[in-house]
Amino acid sequence: MSISVRNVNKRFGDFVALNDVSVEVATGSLTALLGPSGSGKSTLLRVIAGLETPDSGTVEIAEEDVTGFSPQNRHVGFVFQHYAAFKHMTVHDNVAFGLSIRKRPKEEIRDRVDQLLKLVQLDGLAKRYPSQLSGGQRQRMGLARALAVDPKVLLLDEPFGALDARVRAELREWLRRLHDETHTTTVIVTHDQEEAMEVADEVVVMNRGRVEQVAGPVDLYEHPANEFVMTFVGSVNRLDDAWVRPHDLELTLDPGPGASEAMIERVVHLGFEVRVELVRGEGEPLAVQLTRDAAEQLELQRGQIVYVRPTRATTFS
Amino acid sequence: MGGSSRSKRLSEDRPLASTGLALRPRRSRSVLHSSERAATALSLGFVTAFLTVIVALPIAALIWASKKRGGSDFWQAVSNPEAVAALKLTISVAVIAALVNAVFGTIIAWVLVRDEFRGKSIVNALIDLPFALPTIVAGLVVLAFYGTSSPLGINVAFTRTAIVLALLFVTLPFVVRTVQPVLIELDKDMEEAARSLGADEFTVFRRIVLPSILPGILSGVTMAFARAIGEIGAIVLISGNLPYKTEVSSVYIFLRNQGGDPAGASAVAVVLLSISFAVLLAVGGVRRFATRYERA
Repeated sequence: MSISVRNVNKRFGDFVALNDVSVEVATGSLTALLGPSGSGKSTLLRVIAGLETPDSGTVEIAEEDVTGFSPQNRHVGFVFQHYAAFKHMTVHDNVAFGLSIRKRPKEEIRDRVDQLLKLVQLDGLAKRYPSQLSGGQRQRMGLARALAVDPKVLLLDEPFGALDARVRAELREWLRRLHDETHTTTVIVTHDQEEAMEVADEVVVMNRGRVEQVAGPVDLYEHPANEFVMTFVGSVNRLDDAWVRPHDLELTLDPGPGASEAMIERVVHLGFEVRVELVRGEGEPLAVQLTRDAAEQLELQRGQIVYVRPTRATTFS
Repeated sequence: MGGSSRSKRLSEDRPLASTGLALRPRRSRSVLHSSERAATALSLGFVTAFLTVIVALPIAALIWASKKRGGSDFWQAVSNPEAVAALKLTISVAVIAALVNAVFGTIIAWVLVRDEFRGKSIVNALIDLPFALPTIVAGLVVLAFYGTSSPLGINVAFTRTAIVLALLFVTLPFVVRTVQPVLIELDKDMEEAARSLGADEFTVFRRIVLPSILPGILSGVTMAFARAIGEIGAIVLISGNLPYKTEVSSVYIFLRNQGGDPAGASAVAVVLLSISFAVLLAVGGVRRFATRYERA
């Protein structure tokens, strides 16, 4: 079901967390709120859930104005960064919580919990306490708990932020597959642009309480709306007035038209990719991304003088 | 939603599922070095010696004194109708005081942690006052307000109500001070999660907050009860010490001892001691049960 946030403002004392924010989330989509810390992305998510009250503006869920509703009455599923597991309850009771306070029959609750635990691959761990689970397992329990009440929308606040890189990558992929099966409208908050690009259909880039751009992952990378998006999404070099991605720089050993001179500071081998760190005239740093084969052919050495030429550059007026 | 079966399990499940171990490091005994073992033995020796001299030997001496004249005399001293009446009164006022403070101590702790108001630090300091006051002063305080010359005309002097009031006064800090830190540490995300799952405020308190602070409440109640059973200073002035009516065990023991019956005094003292010990053990068990999820 769709979410629509209109002209929302929220201050904490002198700090402006949300500055006239409007966002539309389409039914069945997976949308990422992406931004650095303090950009207001978590506050926006909490406003949608009713965990924060906006100073002004409206929130609609499934075309119903829920601005004045308490979280209790919004029927959203919320997943917390630090899991918010009910420590004194078993995995089963955690997942069953939403149903048990709705006084559903015992058998119905048990069947539903079993089904959800299977879905999040925690079947067999129903009698454990959260302290006996790993971080990734706790978060999957949190997800099952949120899904148990058939929420209108699923809201995830940096859900994988507290996990190590490998588990994070795995859960990311798994979340994407889960969404493809359930089609629950989902909003995920993240500060990790790679995570946003990987899981989301649509990315809302936020900065200093404002929305900078709303676009699909490809558009966001290829057509950033401004310098902030350009620099925040993917790495980028400043070449005089233009912005150039590290893979849009051609590196040659001989000078040529439009090429500028630079010295190699470091060659970093990252498997398939090789990152070459350079300095230009006044000491401005520059990074070039090459494939391993291309780097081997050039036989790059530290201290060597090379020439770089942008093949694609972006300028903002 | 369809729970399709996937052949690929998330890899992080495997080690945990196969070993069935909780993810908590545990140092095995054999890892300890010999110097560490010696240090452990030494500190253990100190603890044992100190506890023996300060706690165990005096208690043993008391039990010895109570039995000096034989088992039948002990039972006679304990089953003396005046002693039994005092004991019944002591336990009932202690239970009432502990339970009332369980409720109000929790509410006060809640307000001090969750609400912001002017003069909060003063209230916070005031809570500890009954701890700091000599209990005889606490008795005078209660007498001044609820005694014969009460400024509000509330005269409950020499009644059981007066005893409960005096006990409420001296045992108030226990529950407040044990619940306060637990409430401060309480993960607010849990409450928000419960709310977003449809819980109203009462349900959040009953299903989430209360189970989390229950061990703290139990500790506070136990200490309050144990203190109330042994309290004498705060009670002796306002209770009037009327046998069968307002005479508590501690006062009874004091009067017996002064009146030339140390064996009778010791016998009742042993009973009080046993009750305190039994309560401590029982609550330890309940506490273990209430926090079983932490060790699971």
